Amino acid sequence: MPSFVPYLIHTLFPPWVRRPTEIGAEIMMVAGGAFIVYWLLKYKKLQWLWNEWLTTVDHKKIGIMYLVAAIIMLARGGLDALMLRTNLAMPTLHFINASEYNEVFTTHGTIMVFFMGMPLIFALFNVVVPLQIGSRDVAFPRLNAISFWLFAFAAALFNLSFVVGGSPNAGWTAYPPLTELAFNHTVGENYYFISLLMTGIGTTITGINFLVTILRMRAPGMTFMKMPLFTWATLNTSALILFAFPPFTIALLESLLDRVAGTSFFTLSHGGMPMMYVNLFWLFGHPEVYILVLPAFGVFSEVVATFSRKKLFGYPSMVLSMTAIMVLAYGTWVHHFFTMGAGPAVNVFFGLSTMLIAIPTGVKVFNWILTMWGGRLTFTTPMLYFLAMIPTFVIGGATGVMLGAVPADYQFHNSYFVIAHFHQVLIGGTVFGLLAGVYYWWPKMFGYKLNDRQGKWAFWLFAGGFWPTFIPQYWLGLEGMTRRMYTYPFGLGWHTLNVISTIGGFIMGAGFLVLASNVLYSRRHQERDETGDAWGNGRTLEWSIPSPAPEYNFAVIPVVDERDWWWAEKERRQSGERPALPRPEDIRPIAIPKNTPVPILLGAAFFLGAFGLVFTWWYIALAGLAGVFGLLIYSWFQYDHYRILSAGEVRESEELLGRLGA
Amino acid sequence: MRTWAKRIPLALLLMAVLAGCGQHAVMLNPAGPVGRTELNLMVLASVAMAIVILFVLVLATVAVVRFRDKKGNRAPYTPQVEGHKVLEVLWFIIPALILTVIAVPTVKDTFALAKVPAKNPLVVDVTSLDWKWLFEYPGQKVATVNHLVIPAGQPVLFKITSDAPMNTFWIPQLGGMEYAMPGRVLPLWLESYKPGVYWGHSGQFSGREFEKMFFSVRAVTPAAFSSWAAHLRKTAPPMTVADYHRLLQFTTVGHLSYSKYPAFTFPSVTHGFTLKGGMYLLMHNNPAHD
Repeated sequence: MPSFVPYLIHTLFPPWVRRPTEIGAEIMMVAGGAFIVYWLLKYKKLQWLWNEWLTTVDHKKIGIMYLVAAIIMLARGGLDALMLRTNLAMPTLHFINASEYNEVFTTHGTIMVFFMGMPLIFALFNVVVPLQIGSRDVAFPRLNAISFWLFAFAAALFNLSFVVGGSPNAGWTAYPPLTELAFNHTVGENYYFISLLMTGIGTTITGINFLVTILRMRAPGMTFMKMPLFTWATLNTSALILFAFPPFTIALLESLLDRVAGTSFFTLSHGGMPMMYVNLFWLFGHPEVYILVLPAFGVFSEVVATFSRKKLFGYPSMVLSMTAIMVLAYGTWVHHFFTMGAGPAVNVFFGLSTMLIAIPTGVKVFNWILTMWGGRLTFTTPMLYFLAMIPTFVIGGATGVMLGAVPADYQFHNSYFVIAHFHQVLIGGTVFGLLAGVYYWWPKMFGYKLNDRQGKWAFWLFAGGFWPTFIPQYWLGLEGMTRRMYTYPFGLGWHTLNVISTIGGFIMGAGFLVLASNVLYSRRHQERDETGDAWGNGRTLEWSIPSPAPEYNFAVIPVVDERDWWWAEKERRQSGERPALPRPEDIRPIAIPKNTPVPILLGAAFFLGAFGLVFTWWYIALAGLAGVFGLLIYSWFQYDHYRILSAGEVRESEELLGRLGA
Repeated sequence: MRTWAKRIPLALLLMAVLAGCGQHAVMLNPAGPVGRTELNLMVLASVAMAIVILFVLVLATVAVVRFRDKKGNRAPYTPQVEGHKVLEVLWFIIPALILTVIAVPTVKDTFALAKVPAKNPLVVDVTSLDWKWLFEYPGQKVATVNHLVIPAGQPVLFKITSDAPMNTFWIPQLGGMEYAMPGRVLPLWLESYKPGVYWGHSGQFSGREFEKMFFSVRAVTPAAFSSWAAHLRKTAPPMTVADYHRLLQFTTVGHLSYSKYPAFTFPSVTHGFTLKGGMYLLMHNNPAHD
């Protein structure tokens, strides 16, 4: 046996990844991987997988891949949450030990924010935005695929840490000096910094991509004030991404250098400045929560109008408030650390800005409710998520204002009150919103709705389990329980509420299982939608084309003359004012972006380099870097990115879809 | 509506459970002026917010009940209504007014709590270590680990730093927390109205044994405090350099007391470095910055 083998085994599989949970995860990963490979080989699907999915640049397929990844990550992050809740069910319970608990709460937070929340919003961006603005793809289809593969490989790398080398264990915020080598010997934090840097590149590119797409590729006639609200949300979110991610990138990079290159940006010794990291992190971190919640606001605006069969109430004030949130989001970051001694003047400024941002948010809630006023409400699953959002998000927002009252925050800071608050806005706002969006646009993605009965079961379990999970945590905060404690002593009175919270958590977990089974069930048993307007009440452009949309999206790009164009167009077509279907002579040849293997290979090269960097194996890191540059240089010499779909081919396809007039 | 009526006993039961928890809600039972000010603001903010929440929930419930899509619903159906200028402006103005009610005392209290209301308060130098708290009394020259004794009825100024990863110094029944950070010394003042026993903890995760960073707090009469310090000076062992090195290690310890401690363990104007070599930015006790 060569001498490096024991070294390799010891480095890749140290004792702390040889515990039962890790070995269980390892078996699941290997078995799952083996099953997928077996299935692909047995049904000869490799070629199909490569051509249809892995090398695709089609925004709709990329959106679906984001969705699949997000659901898998939701399962992982949810499992983490249940492990945490189990451990906290009773005082001094040692279901998992302190080190494991610290790893699990770190991966729970990181995965839920970066590897579940972000891909889920990108899934909706990709599937919906180009269809909603009447475009044939995003502005940069290849970059879009690169974004996805950087995210996917970063997520894989981050999850690999659980079984190879050890997970990060300093919280999703990763404050130094706890992350520096002197206090953190394992490679876990390297995984954290590197995988987030990787996915951060992808996210930034996505932000640029959708900014340009929305600014440049709208259908003729669609002025800014005629854009659907979800598109507005995407525009604002992309603007947030563009300016929020650079400080984060710097914070991650400098922390990584502290660990692998011996610098002292944030270290305890040699003049390092840990508080600077905290500023850089939240300079990103606060806009990030609005990055996660604005798309949900967009979804709610679409859902409430559709299922109230009524125009959205107060469109201009909706746009104004959303843009105000985008701008103000940059001015509130210090409220995450009022207790770090910035002084009363600074604290007051950020306390007031925090209260200020509640105003536009409140405006949105009032407008949504007034949209229902005078409408005709149908309670489909997406609409239920919208309705569940109102109490959840409003109470979460109200406790957010309480946290903005600086002296009160000195007490609330880092207590379970804060945990309850941000879960209430992130689940009640973001997750409910994105789930509503997934149910709402599912027929647009796959051509059939998710089963409504099972959807409602999942809803009642998930939204019903939410309250017993998080409301007790407010009280635990008032009782002085601080976050990230792996267990707690008897005698402080914390156990009753913790038990309730844990039970609620498991109810939410059951809700997720019903959701997953609904996905599998609906694939086989749900009725196909032939109309393209699956809910019957669609208002915006995406419902005017078949479901799932053909690869060129629109055979003829419509001229938009109304805010709710499809709603108005349906009336015009019914009254015979407009022809129901496009004439063959209106159809022209269409340029379609070609598939390319470069994005997935680029992701793989990044993965290789990143893996080398995690273990500071510089040769492997350099090999990965060389691969990245090689692929970039190779793609510089690729000029032929588009293929032409002739007018005849488009006509044929439209005829098959029953969409061609005489 | 009748189903809701059936749930009233359940709600009452829930309230009883919560009331039972009340005795443990340390934030709601402040034992000093800082915690009292903070609680008052919490109450004000929650009342103001409850008004908003109630209004939103009632409005939403009425909308949902009244405008359901069912046969024979006589409520008006107005699909073309786009908005209402006055209402939309009111949405901005009314919340702004409600927030002003919270904002004014927030500003006032924030500035008020930033100043210690005494000329020469008792000073305790607090250092968070892995995973223990070191309390040094520069006036009394004594030091303790994981247990804090303070005089009741007068403000105590804590100067807080860390010679390890960050923590926060928190005695919830006396008032809010402040970060213990390497490289910075942050001030926090607290006061206990009367003699009493409280517990403190860290609010910032700091590694494997973080949850063991509980410490006990005993507020005693000023006379008892003086005699306690004098007693410690006579009976407790001195802290040596080797002792401090031992405290720096990744361990947990019980309650310790020392009759004196080495000068370098807490950063001062003359000494800007910790034992581990961290350079301090003396924002709060450097004359050059004041």
